[in-house]
Amino acid sequence: MTVQLMQGNEAIGWGAIAAGCRFYAGYPITPSTEVAEILARELPKVGGKFIQMEDEIASMAAIIGARLGGLKSMTATSGPGFSLMQENIGYAAIAEIPCVVVDVQRLGPSTGQPTAPSQGDVMQARWGTHGDHPIIALAPVSVRQAFDLTVVAFDMSERYRTPVILLTDEVIGHMREPVELPDFSKIQIFEHKVTEPPEEYKAFRNTPDGVPPLVPFGQGYRYHVTGLLHDELGFPTQRIDEIDPWLERVNTKLDKHIDQITLLAEDAQDGARVGLLSYGCTARAARHALKVARARGLKVDMLTLYTIWPFPEKQVEAFGERLDKIIVAEMNLGQLAYEVERVVGRKKVVRVTRANGEMVTPQMILDAMEG
Amino acid sequence: MDDHILEAHELEKHEALIPQADWFNRSETLQKLRKNKKFPTIWCSGCGIGVVMGALIRAIDHLGLSNDEVALVSGIGCTARMPVYMDFNTLHTTHGRALAFATGLKIARPDMKVIAIMGDGDALAIGGNHFIHAARRNLGITALVVNNAIYGMTGGQYSPTTPIGGRATTAPYGNIEPPFPICELAIAAGASYVARSTVYHALELDKFLAEAIAKDGFSVVEAVSYCHTTYGRFNRLGTAADMMRALKDNTIAQSAYERLTPEEKAANTKIVRGKFLDVERPQYTVAYDNLITRVQGGEK
Ligand SMILES: Cc1ncc(C[n+]2csc(CCOP(=O)(O)OP(=O)(O)O)c2C)c(N)n1
Ligand code: SF4
Ligand SMILES: [Mg+2]
Repeated sequence: MTVQLMQGNEAIGWGAIAAGCRFYAGYPITPSTEVAEILARELPKVGGKFIQMEDEIASMAAIIGARLGGLKSMTATSGPGFSLMQENIGYAAIAEIPCVVVDVQRLGPSTGQPTAPSQGDVMQARWGTHGDHPIIALAPVSVRQAFDLTVVAFDMSERYRTPVILLTDEVIGHMREPVELPDFSKIQIFEHKVTEPPEEYKAFRNTPDGVPPLVPFGQGYRYHVTGLLHDELGFPTQRIDEIDPWLERVNTKLDKHIDQITLLAEDAQDGARVGLLSYGCTARAARHALKVARARGLKVDMLTLYTIWPFPEKQVEAFGERLDKIIVAEMNLGQLAYEVERVVGRKKVVRVTRANGEMVTPQMILDAMEG
Repeated sequence: MDDHILEAHELEKHEALIPQADWFNRSETLQKLRKNKKFPTIWCSGCGIGVVMGALIRAIDHLGLSNDEVALVSGIGCTARMPVYMDFNTLHTTHGRALAFATGLKIARPDMKVIAIMGDGDALAIGGNHFIHAARRNLGITALVVNNAIYGMTGGQYSPTTPIGGRATTAPYGNIEPPFPICELAIAAGASYVARSTVYHALELDKFLAEAIAKDGFSVVEAVSYCHTTYGRFNRLGTAADMMRALKDNTIAQSAYERLTPEEKAANTKIVRGKFLDVERPQYTVAYDNLITRVQGGEK
């Protein structure tokens, strides 16, 4: 492919096509709508299907239904729509149906500022639905990475049978950068393989790696799917001896693969006592601040998180251990900083936050370094 | 009266949905029940939902469909528990969303028979928006609405089909909200097939369900039922058998209704049973397949 000038949202659309997504359901909302527009145009060309649903609740439901019908599926939205999707995201998590949910974050709460960027959905992505459940959230820092992480989101959602949130933001979504997309035919997404005959199939079997294979509906493997607590066959149960192993499996399955799930970039410098930690669009400002600081002779480390959830505790802990001060920069009032503080202790963390629709500037981060 | 009126023997059948009953293993139709699921059902004994399940199984059996090609999708409520007992591809979703899940499934697998099973609250209160839009799109899904005019599962709160004056835990002084006419709503929204019967008229339900499932378009069957343990109790309507009898006495077949004079029609308070709509309209998944052909450079 040639180099093209492309928007982040467009790159997400192409990432979905490249990953084999063949069903999209969504409801228009700024600043995510371009994802829908591209897929409405491109999906039929590859035999895929697009539908504009009546709301985001229905969109989320439809992608789960389509995945059970055998199509890799995605939806895209922003804050208000993401809030509406929460109940069915919880459903996908406990029924273990792979799907990708793109949240192009905008300023909230409520209608907020539809065209202004934000990173205010970090905690909603983790805890937006009720109850305990595993979840993966990935945050790209560039247009090319929006493509890559969309592909990775599909792979992880299949591999671990979980919804994956592509937690991007208005800046990345609307920004244009020159990108060269890879050859789609070389992209390989995890595929479920089932070896047992239908009579022995258990859609929620307690396998050693925590992820039983999923066979779509209508292929002779008839089973029950429910949002109620269920046994290995999917039947509702209130028996503690059936619930406990299931809870244990579902809530630890990501831990078993945490090294593969954790994506981040570390830029270490010998002798640094200060570190920057950021993600998404704010990581771009932080990288700029890093360059300026180093040019001024300061020694600074930087950790850019691409995997936000599960929170990369091990790496952040190590980062905190070797540094005296960690600056967490984000476009909210300190949502990911809570996690960093939990892992490295409150004393070491300096928050650089902004939630008024303006970006965190490199200067704000530089000031925090010196402060 | 219509030919297909059954006596209320379905109640006995319902009570017999217990593995030990020896006809359980003999009945051909009940091959469609799940053997590995512990019966009895969660339903109160005497509840009409079991009758609807029987009718659904007979309708599917009548059409000669294999268990693999049928998917049952439900929301939340007493009615929505129905799929788990049957040996199809079964998806028990979130309250009100059965049709939205079913939409994705049907689009992914247009060849499958997708049946959404919902209570009146599930289909018309929390799920009302999905109901009208699924009808508007004319997706090839069958919506089976068990209308007991109450929220059974949560203990008897009023629903969008509770009659005016009806008492419910949240309408202690009587309901003041006019009810939704489900069939009229479905027709106005764009469905292809719309029919209503009751759990008393089980054979009629069988027939309507078989036609609805065979239809390539959005089909709606309203199965009027009752909830004797909540609505019946609050409104002193007697036992399950009394409420079953009331469905016999307080309904009128469409054919008989059509013969009434305009004055009699205006004064009629009985529920009309019958098939109200059966038309051919472009089905969504067919239209989408044509779109794909067109986009890819073919004709259509
Ligand atoms: C989002 C949500 N809101 C409320 C409930 C509680 N709830 C469960 S079933 C139900 C009503 C069921 O009534 P209906 O659909 O008529 O089914 P029935 O039990 O009468 O068959 C309600 C309100 C829920 N499960 N989820
Ligand atoms: S509560 Fe009412 S609707 Fe629910 S099972 Fe009992 S009788 Fe049936
Ligand atoms: Mg009801």
